[in-house]
Order: sequence, then C-alpha cells, then structure tokens
Amino acid sequence: MKFLINLLLLLLIVAVIVAWIVLPWQGAVLLAVLFAAWLFITRRGRQALSVASVGISTLGQRLGSSAVIVIGIAGVVGVLVALLAMGEGYAETLRKTGSADTAIVMRGSSASEVMSVLDHDSVTLIPQAPGIARDAKGQPIASSELVVAANLPLKGGTADDEGSVQLRGVSDQAWAVRPNVKIVAGRNFQPGMRELIVGKGAAKQFAGLEPGHVIRLGNQQWTVVGVFSSGDAMDSEVWGDASVVADTYRRGSSRASVTVKLTNPKAYDAFKASLDGNPQLKVDVSTTIDYYNKQSEGMTKVIRIMGITVGLIMAIGAMFGALNTMFAAVAARAREIATLRAIGFRGLPVVVAVMLETMLLALIGGVIGGVLAWLVFNGYSASTLAAGTVGKLSFELRVSPALLWTGLKWALAIGFIGGIYPAMRAARLPVTTALREL
Amino acid sequence: MKYFHLIWAALFRRKTRTTLTLVSIIAAFLLFGMLDAVRTSFNQAGQSANGAQRLQTGSKLSFIQTLPQSLEAQIQQVPGVKMVTYANWFGGAYQDPHNQVFSFAVEPNYIDLYPEIEVSAAERKAFDDTRTGILVGERLAKRFNWKVGDKIPLQSTIFPNRQGSKNWTFDIVGILHSKDKKAGGFYDQMLLLHWKYFDETTPFNRGTVGWYVTRVTDVNQADRVAKAIDAISANSDHETRTQTEQAATASWMKQLADIGLIVGSIMGAVFFTLLLLSGNTMMQAVRERTSELAVLKTIGFSNRSVLGIVLAESVLLLVLGGVIGLGIAALIVPAVSAGSGGMLNLPSVGANSWILGLVLMVAIGLLVGALPALRAMRLNIVDALAGR
Repeated sequence: MKFLINLLLLLLIVAVIVAWIVLPWQGAVLLAVLFAAWLFITRRGRQALSVASVGISTLGQRLGSSAVIVIGIAGVVGVLVALLAMGEGYAETLRKTGSADTAIVMRGSSASEVMSVLDHDSVTLIPQAPGIARDAKGQPIASSELVVAANLPLKGGTADDEGSVQLRGVSDQAWAVRPNVKIVAGRNFQPGMRELIVGKGAAKQFAGLEPGHVIRLGNQQWTVVGVFSSGDAMDSEVWGDASVVADTYRRGSSRASVTVKLTNPKAYDAFKASLDGNPQLKVDVSTTIDYYNKQSEGMTKVIRIMGITVGLIMAIGAMFGALNTMFAAVAARAREIATLRAIGFRGLPVVVAVMLETMLLALIGGVIGGVLAWLVFNGYSASTLAAGTVGKLSFELRVSPALLWTGLKWALAIGFIGGIYPAMRAARLPVTTALREL
Repeated sequence: MKYFHLIWAALFRRKTRTTLTLVSIIAAFLLFGMLDAVRTSFNQAGQSANGAQRLQTGSKLSFIQTLPQSLEAQIQQVPGVKMVTYANWFGGAYQDPHNQVFSFAVEPNYIDLYPEIEVSAAERKAFDDTRTGILVGERLAKRFNWKVGDKIPLQSTIFPNRQGSKNWTFDIVGILHSKDKKAGGFYDQMLLLHWKYFDETTPFNRGTVGWYVTRVTDVNQADRVAKAIDAISANSDHETRTQTEQAATASWMKQLADIGLIVGSIMGAVFFTLLLLSGNTMMQAVRERTSELAVLKTIGFSNRSVLGIVLAESVLLLVLGGVIGLGIAALIVPAVSAGSGGMLNLPSVGANSWILGLVLMVAIGLLVGALPALRAMRLNIVDALAGR
C-alpha cells in the first residue's frame, strides 16, 4: 500500500514537472491567480493559509536551515542563467549579423567564407543576377569581399602571445550592404593604402589596434586609422581595402564571397535560381541570416547542453538540501501539525501549507540567483574562436527576460520536489504517534 | 582510529538527514570531477614528451596562409633538426558537411615524426604505394564503419578537385592506432592523405604547404632551432613563425575559451552552497546530541577529543560523499566521451583531480565542522545535561 502510494506520488511529480516545463508564462500566471483565489475564498484554502502563515512567521528562527534552500537554489539559478546567457549572447551576435534581405554567395561546397575562393569572372558575373537592389547611380549593390586571417599580439599577453583575427578586404559597397556599420573613431581607410579600420570588439582583444598605431602583418607595416562599430559579429573583424589585402595575401583578383542587397526578401528565390542555373558559376547562395544561423548552431548547442547538464547536477544537490531542511522543519513541528489534525484539519491544508513555505523560499532563491546573474553577467564580454570564422569572436552575455523566467521555473520545480515529500510525510503521520513524540 | 565506530554511529544517527546531505555532497563532487576533467583536457592538450620535441612552423601572417614547398630543404639544413615533414588542411567531411573530419594532406614521412601513432608495417607500405590511399584513425573508422579496403567518398570544404567537384574518392589502406589510449585521443580521430595526390588534384594549392613539422635532436635546443628556422625566411614575402607544439596548442586553447575562469566560477558557487548546506547539517547534528556529548565528557573524554570527534565526523561526511561523487564522475566521464561519438574527448578523472578533490573534501569538512566542534568542546556538562 505504502509502496503504491509512493509510486503514484513519483508519477504525479514527473507529470507535474513535465507539464511545468512546457507551461508558458501566461499559464503560470493563471495558475497563480487560481491558487490565490482558492486560498482566500474556500474554507480549506483559508485553513491552509493560516497553517502556512504559522510556518512562514517562524522562518526567522530557522534562518540557517532556511538559507540552505534559498542560497542553494540561488546558486543553481545563477549558474544556469549565466551559462545559458553565454549561449544566447553568442547566438544573438551571429544572428544579428545576418538579415533576410541580403544574400551571400560563395564557391560551392565551402563551409565558410574563409574557405571560399571566387575567381574574377565569377565576381563580375554575380552582380548581374536579377533581384539585386540598385543604388542612386543604378549600380547593383553587391560587395565582393576577401576574408583572411591575421596573427596579432593579444592584449595583456607577452609579445609572443598571438591570436588570430579575421581580416576582411572590402570596397565602398561593403557599407551599402551593411548599413549598421558606423565609424566611431578616426576615419575610413583610403583605397590603395595599407590602412586598416578595426571593429571595437577586435580593438578590445588585440594590442595596438588604436587609430594612429602601426601594426605588422607579415613583413608589412599597416596603419590603423579608425574604429568601427556594428553591434554584431563584424565588431570582431578588421577591415582593409580589398585589393591591398589581396596583394598582401597573394590572392590576385580572386575574392572569397559576394554579399548582395536584395530588392526585398522575396527576390531571394529568383536570385538564387538565376545563379544556380548559370553554367558558368559553381556557387552556393544563402541569405545571410541562414548563413550566420548555421554558423552559430553547433556552438550554441554545446553551450546549452553544458549549461543544462551543470544546472541539473546542481539542481539535484539543491533539491536534496531543500528536502533535508523541510524534513527537519516538519519534524520540528510534528506535534503542532498533529494537534491541528486532531482538532479536525484535513491533510490537504497541511500539505499545501508545507508546499507553500518551500515554494516561497525557492522563489526567493530563484529571484536572488536571477538578479545576481543579471547584475554580474548581462553585457559581460566574452570571446571564443567561432565556427566558420578564423578569428576571435567577441560577444556579450545576454540575460534576457525569457532566461530569467527559465531560471524561476527551475527554482520552483526544485522547490516543488523538495517540498512534496516532507509535506506528504506531515500529512500522513499518524496523529497519535506524532502527539506522543518528544 | 579507535573511535571510528563511535564517529560512524554518530554520523548515521539520523539516517535520512545524513543520506540527504550525502547526496548533495555527491552531486557537488560529481560536478567537480566532470568540470575538472574538462579543465584538464584543455590544459594538457599538446603537453607530451614527444610534443616537446616537435616544432610547428606556419606563416607569420596567419594560419591560413600557405608556405612554399622549397622551404623543406632549407629547414633540413638547420643544425639540430632531425626530421622535417609538412602538411595541409584538407577540410574533409563525410556525407554531410557537418560531419567534419580532421583530415590532413601529408608527406609520407609525417608518421615518422609522431612515434605516438602506430601503423602496422604492411599498412604503412600500402599507404606509401597507393596514390589515393588514406590512413584513418581507429575511432574515426569505428564512427563511420570504415574498413581497410573500403573506397570512400569525402567532401572537402576547402578544395575542389580538377573537375571542380567537391567530392574526392579515397582508398582506406590502413588504420592509425594511438599508443596511449587514454591521452592521445586526437590521433585516432584523424585522417591522413597524400599531399602529392592532393596537390596534383586540386587547382588551388599549386605546390604550397600549410605548415612544417620539425623534430629536433635535443629538446633544450628547441628555441634556438625555432629562431634559426624563422631566420631562413626573414624579410621574404613568406615569413614564418615557429613554436613548439605545446605552445601552439596552448595558444589555440586559450583563444577557444578561458575555461579555467568558467570552471572556477561554477565551482565557487557550488562549494559555497555546499559549505552552507553541510554546515547546517553538522550544526543540527551537534545541537541534537548535546546531552550525548555531555555524557561523553562525563565519562572522561577530554575537551580536545570531543572536538576531534565532531571534526572527524564532518570530515568523514564530506570524504564519504566526495569519494562517491568523484567515483561516479570517473565512471561517467569516459562514458560521455564514448557516447559523444568522438565529438568530445575527455580524460578520465586523473590523479591530480583526485588529490585536489581530497584536499577540498578535508578542507570543507574542517571548515564546516569547526563551529559545531568548538561548541561541543566548550560544552558545560552540567548545563548540557540539565538541558539549559
């Protein structure tokens, strides 16, 4: 009999947790409102409320053990939110880089820009395809670009500590296809000169990327003349004049990719069909948003799995901490609870009261963890070697409201499991035994 | 030691509480074991005795820039150089561009520079004799069900062949085994093809090589040899940068992620919580046993031995949970590596992790035991027995 009840309880918990995971926030609000209404309107609810208020008002006397629940859950939520924010920030940075109305053309079967080589003929043929927007002079807005890597000394490292940065050789058209890129310090490079402008993320990572400084690329001297900002992955790049970069890297007139501005997102299909159908070209076409989403896929998944694994293990630890505390709390009040039941209180108000207390502590823990993660990690800059690029990609951790909500959900789920067993024990304890205890 | 049964009995006086606390401690140390394995795998990358003897020479400009093949003969002339080989990235992928394979186009003597890789003499000869032959790592072969004698298609994400097609065909002629099964996870996941075949088949390479690997005769001379190699091409349009394999790998790992910081912050949060949690358990345990401790003192236990007993109890609690947790981690980590199909390759929980873990267990045990133990030590027998 006891075994059967425990089994049923376990199934119930699993069902509740599964339902809880898929529940949107509107559902949770509705649930909270319904629950509050039950508490205040029905007789049972008012009983539960009064039992719970006794427990909650004595929390101060059990500060140490209550803190175990609060801090344990705050730790889980804080770490979980911070790790997920890392994945979110990374994916967001790459996602923002692309848009639905620009398309990128690379040589067929190239996994990323840096692996692609388009010869001069292809570079001139691609802008003649239909669907490309035209500028004031009637020229198609298409930017052919060269993407290579450069070794530069890292900031804060020794002279031999070098990192890789993505170097993009561009022309004026690069600004037309990426209107969000703005020069924020210094000036643009002059065509034909060995001049560079640097993204503000790259300037933070590498030493000497300030306007006026001279850096060495191989055996050549290049002058940094400006800093640009785009708010996306381009921030981690360094730009120079395409033909000069091609010279330094012995790439001749070949380019890596052509990015075009489409007249509208619907023009993409016609544009792609035209290039795919051209026998002179062997190219792959995708919208930039698809391209960058694909680049972020793998890493985002890795970070997510890592966050959830770490979160789960920590959650198990915190859950048992909560169980421990609540069992102790219930044991300390065994007599009081038994008295209540002896004078006619049913089991349900007792269960609800214990659950309410645990969930309240869990909620406080969740809020503290979420707020801490938000304060410390929102906007925190991190960097990694991104898939598909050949340089350090800097990005900012992003603690979004959705992530905070996820954190709270975890907190309440931990509180639920940590509270239900002690609550059931309190309700099931035989009245006579409990009254005789101590 | 003679009090062990007493401590043990005290620890399991309240089975539920101790068990629940133990599970929390197990979870904390399980996490510690797994994260420390990740950290170690980042730190240990490229650190081997054989690795210290190898130098990598790449273009100073960037790692994607290639070098002329003529450099090989010149590097060979540098005093202190035992052997030189070269390789190119092939960027291979099997069936789907996402199934990336570590594939290098190499000079046949490449394997001679890596004594940690084992290939049978017959397979080695077959590789030398077959233009389209490839050697594949043991684990890689298992992942895709490849056997010696198979003809496999491989896409290159970088180089098309003469016909402009991305699809290359190769013959598997041998399997690469890693000598040290535990540490050398990388070698049994790579694929080697002939540089000569590669260079002749793709129109994009034109006799260049990606990087040179040099084996030095004396490890202590490595720095001098590296400088001498770089001096060959100084002020040319293909300046080189030579590093020991160890330094090169460390630099890549550092750029990938500051793993030490991430692991450190997570473990900080975990152990802070653990401190509070087990501290609370110990406080409760001692509070409950006030009268028992007073009895112990009455029958002649000194203040100091009572202090010792409580401290030992908390250390035992932590060590018990910690060892189980690390033990589980030691079992899980290899399973995760195996289950990820070669995507992840973590070393098992090593001796260093165990030592660090044990130190942490004892330290946390002493820390959380300190307050209750002091309390037990200062206990006044009369007050305690009277329940005041």
